[in-house]
Parts: sequence; C-alpha cells; structure tokens
Amino acid sequence: MSALRRDPDMVRAYVRTRGHSSPSRDGLTLTTLVRAADRPLHGLDVEARRVLRICNGPIVIAEIASLLDLPPTVALIVVSGLLDTGHLNTPAPAEQPDISVIEEVLNGLRALV
Amino acid sequence: MDSVLSSEHQYLPTTVTRSAKILIAGHFGAGKTTLVGSVSEIKPLRTEEPITEASTGIDDLAGLPSKTETTVAFDFGRRTLSPRLALYLFGTPGQNRFTPFWEHLFHGALGALVLVDTRRLQDSDAVLALFEERGLPFGVAVNEWDGAQRFDLDEVRRALALDDDVVVTSCDARDEVSSIHALIAFVEYLHRSSRLECLS
Repeated sequence: MSALRRDPDMVRAYVRTRGHSSPSRDGLTLTTLVRAADRPLHGLDVEARRVLRICNGPIVIAEIASLLDLPPTVALIVVSGLLDTGHLNTPAPAEQPDISVIEEVLNGLRALV
Repeated sequence: MDSVLSSEHQYLPTTVTRSAKILIAGHFGAGKTTLVGSVSEIKPLRTEEPITEASTGIDDLAGLPSKTETTVAFDFGRRTLSPRLALYLFGTPGQNRFTPFWEHLFHGALGALVLVDTRRLQDSDAVLALFEERGLPFGVAVNEWDGAQRFDLDEVRRALALDDDVVVTSCDARDEVSSIHALIAFVEYLHRSSRLECLS
C-alpha cells in the first residue's frame, strides 16, 4: 500500500495536494525552514501526516520533498497548507536575502577554512 | 517507512533559524554535483519535478493532443555555518531551457556560482545568459581538474565576455577546501556589490 502511494504515476499531484495547484502563501521557498507544532493530527490527510512526521526538527521544504519523493512544487503546497492550519511553524519570517545574511554566510564560510 | 527515512536523515541543529541558498550552475559535466558533494555535510539529496509539455508529435494514434512528461532533477547539499544559519547549495539542472520551475530555484537565492570547464568554454554561454537575463548575481569558477590546461583567469574573462566587476576564480570541485575558497570569493563579491547598492 505505501509502496503504491509512493509511485508518482499512481497518485497524481493534484490528489496529493487536495486539488490545490499553487501554494496558499507567498514567500515560501525551497529553503524556507519549518518545524512541526504540537497540534492534534485529526482531520489531516495521509500526505499531510507524512510531511509532519519528518518535521520534528528544523527542516527546509526541499529536504521534505527529497525525503518523501514529492515533487518540490507539491511539497510547497502541502507545507503551505500546514502553515495555514498551524500544524507547522516557520521559525523566522520569510525574508529576501539582505546584506546581513550575506555577511553571516561569509563569516561562516571563512571560519571553515 | 517514513520513520526509517526520518531517523536516517541528519537534521539541522535545533538552534538554526535562518537559511541561505546559493545556486551551483554550469554546463553538463562542469562539476556541479561534485562541488555540492564536496561542501555538503550530508549526502546530497535529489528531487525531481515532473514537467508536462504539449507535444507536437504526429505519432499520436488517437489523434488527440498528446503530452510528454519529462522531469527536472536537481541535487542539493547543506552546510551548517553557525548555530543559527544553514547554507544550501543547489546544483541547477544541466538543461538551459527555461521552465516555470526555475522560478523556485531562483526565489530567495543569493546568487549563482557558475562552474566552467575550460575545455568547453563555449558551453557556458547559455548558462551565463540565463542569469544575465534574470538579473541574478553570478560569479564564475574555473574547475581545474588534474592535467587540465591552466588558463589565465583574465583570458577566461575575455573569452566569456564578462564585465570587469564579475568575480572569476578557480577551484578543484573535488576538494572541499578549494571549493569553499571559491564560495568565499563569490560571497565576498556579493557583499561588495550589495554594499555598493546600499550606498548608491
């Protein structure tokens, strides 16, 4: 059963996203960090539960897509819905890259070598 | 099955609250996946996005418009740079054709480091054009394999018709420290550019 559900040809993308074709939120990217909130799971579909199960620690949407074999655009839509219902939190508001991020990356890279 | 996956996955430290993304681009065989693997602290992960395209083929027996399914695959890696910041490196797909999915790769990226193999310099033109068109900051790193002919970086700059301010550096994508130095050169360039923007 679970093997069948993993086959992208068996479960079309619009079924996985309950018919949604684009994320309900703007500003989500493949590197948006999310984390599961402590909320009851009832009422959630299988796809949403699978996502929540791997979000106990901070994780980005691209990692979720890869670990669950979901197309990245599907992962964006499912995560967006779970942020809307409060099942997922995002630790920092989505931000456009600014100079402070560039400085942090630069300092971090320099510290490695 | 999912629980197996999640227990195998090396999670970020719980203190991490910020992420940054740099694209690693280049023509086929330039060494993108190698560089991502050299710098990543986890085994690089892969995702695939199905792309449906209208097909104009005439071999459709039903006489109905047919669609072909292809996928855009990309690999990415991760390096935790401080207790609160993780850097993600996305190897961008080899094909240069623009698809809507590229928006997801571009969105939120600091910039793109374009790897170049000097034996196939002309193959880089389409990749560079893509970033120029999109206005995403980019730099060039010449991937110097053992035995490959060494080029003067100014020669490479001229051959690729790059502006004087675009950073051109070199690295051995197989080597972690060398790859990190190339990233440092690129991020220093991004830093200089954004400071200039702040001043202007």
